[in-house]
Amino acid sequence: MPALTVSALACARGGIPLLEGVGFTVPEGTALILRGTNGIGKTTLLRTLAGLQPALSGTVTGAGDEAAYASHEGGVKAVLSVEENLAFWAALYGTQVPEAVYPAFHLAALRARPAGTLSAGQRRRLGLARLAVTGRPVLLLDEPTVSLDAGSTALFAGWLRGHLAAGGTALVATHVPLGLEAPELDLAPFRARAETLTDPFL
Amino acid sequence: MRAVLLRDLQLAVRAGGGFGLGLAFFAIVVILVPFGVGPEPEVLARIAPGILWVAALLAALLSLDRIFAQDAEDGALALIATAPVPLEGVVLAKALAHWLTTGLPLVLAAPVLGVLLHLPAGAMPWLLASLTLGTPALSLIGAFGAALTVGLRRGGLLLSLIVLPLYIPTLIFGAEAVARGAQGLDPLPGLLLLAGVTLGCIALLPFAAAAALRVTLR
Amino acid sequence: MSLWSYANPRKFLDRVEPLSRWLFAAAGACLALGLGWGFFFTPDAVNFGSSVKIIYLHVPSALMAINAWLMMLVASLIWIVRRHHVSALAAKAAAPVGLVMTLIALATGAIWGQPMWGTWWAWDPRLTSFLILCLFYLGYIALWSAIPDAEAAADLTGVLCLVGSVFALLSRYAVNFWSQGLHQGASLSLDRQENVADVYWLPLVIAMLGFALLFAALVVLRTGTEIRLRRIAALRARAQRSEGAA
Repeated sequence: MPALTVSALACARGGIPLLEGVGFTVPEGTALILRGTNGIGKTTLLRTLAGLQPALSGTVTGAGDEAAYASHEGGVKAVLSVEENLAFWAALYGTQVPEAVYPAFHLAALRARPAGTLSAGQRRRLGLARLAVTGRPVLLLDEPTVSLDAGSTALFAGWLRGHLAAGGTALVATHVPLGLEAPELDLAPFRARAETLTDPFL
Repeated sequence: MRAVLLRDLQLAVRAGGGFGLGLAFFAIVVILVPFGVGPEPEVLARIAPGILWVAALLAALLSLDRIFAQDAEDGALALIATAPVPLEGVVLAKALAHWLTTGLPLVLAAPVLGVLLHLPAGAMPWLLASLTLGTPALSLIGAFGAALTVGLRRGGLLLSLIVLPLYIPTLIFGAEAVARGAQGLDPLPGLLLLAGVTLGCIALLPFAAAAALRVTLR
Repeated sequence: MSLWSYANPRKFLDRVEPLSRWLFAAAGACLALGLGWGFFFTPDAVNFGSSVKIIYLHVPSALMAINAWLMMLVASLIWIVRRHHVSALAAKAAAPVGLVMTLIALATGAIWGQPMWGTWWAWDPRLTSFLILCLFYLGYIALWSAIPDAEAAADLTGVLCLVGSVFALLSRYAVNFWSQGLHQGASLSLDRQENVADVYWLPLVIAMLGFALLFAALVVLRTGTEIRLRRIAALRARAQRSEGAA
């Protein structure tokens, strides 16, 4: 059963169309890796699916209330402790922070530490732990492994595998091989052609 | 929404400054006025309502950009926008947090500063009432202005240029209510109009601010 | 063909913008007639001397200062509801013209107030309202110029225009409340309908028409300029993209 279906999607950044005719399905329990050079529109595609910006055209099913989005930034508050940061997102999503989150993201020893005293990698792990707190099945991940070392990357890949095994779904834009047995989608063929510029001033 | 409110309060308290700076600014502005206009009690009593209200306005203005700017910088705002809470509610919660950390301390400190300015004792209740009714409107209007200018360079200066004209009705009704109370006139019309402005702001501005946030997040 | 088709940028440049020169001509004719008649061929007022003749500048500019904001409000609504780009740009184009009209109204009011009331400035409700309007124009223009993304700027200024209109109206009544409260209703303002005698009326109406036409001409011209600026930006973006693709 497809958890996330995208068809004939066109999206733009700053009024300039980047992608058009994007279509794919991600079945339940699997992940799809988005590939493409910098600036092709991976972030724009993920933000569009997350509902932060309107699509120019096309349909999306399975995002919305099923999905949790993770941007480059983790939205981590420096003066709040690790626990408080996660508790906030749990309250926002109406869930509880699962105890398993702390060992899964190697945060158990850091629970009471203010996030401002964490290293960049630790803070990133905290930002990603938010995904486990939301309880959402469909994950929209934008470069989740930025500033993670090899060990942490493997740790995150392990958690993601567990999430997929539990019936979850992930759409991941990444340059780093996560070691997932997942199909890849190259966005280059979907680059918006110059003729289809919709700018009303041309 | 309660989560947003509690978190913003927590952030304001932890970061220090939340309660302190606005309040200290309020006090300093009020204290500077007698040095400018002279120490005559009659003069000070006459201008006290206006001074207190203008100082409250400026103190509220001081911390407005923090309502959304920090969450926009660390990406939390986009993540909150994708969470299952209405953005209008988030705006309301953040404005309430701003009021609790900025507006409420001003209300509580105002009588002391009123004494310094020789505000007649009879006007004190009206000062408290007008600030209590009016400062929530300052926070809401400020949240709207902050939503318009979030993420802009020179945002702070622009924010004051946009927000201060919007503060005019609140200022007029609030200061007028206190001035009438001080003169022994009926302050009720001013207070009722002030309450009307605040209620109107609560009803309408969260929608305008949320619409602005959706545009800036796009 | 519906009226909305003229909201297409290219059609606006082809069909509407050329009208600006006729609008300028008509405005010039009306202003020459109205102001010339008003300044030189109407009798001096009995009590006020010739200073009263400044109404031929003061009243029309004050009228257009308010009408410009109303036009911006309507244009912003059209942008927000129907997403016509020309509408947003027309609102942007009208703001500085409205600001100048407000400044003319304030300046002529001050110059007139000096011989009439013996003061350059009084915190009279009507004067104060125009000062506040001036502040609203400044905030609106500043917001337009501060936002780099054109579409976001149009959206945000549109929202500001809607909210600002409500607060401007509220300020108008608040100022009445405030000024009457302090001065016990001792307003310095003239009730123009009653005080403008018939001899002055016709040239005044012609001058008002002239100001309205001048406003329309300037807005059409400036909207055309804004469209060209956007077109240049769009062409540059396309050139960069094709360079990148090659």
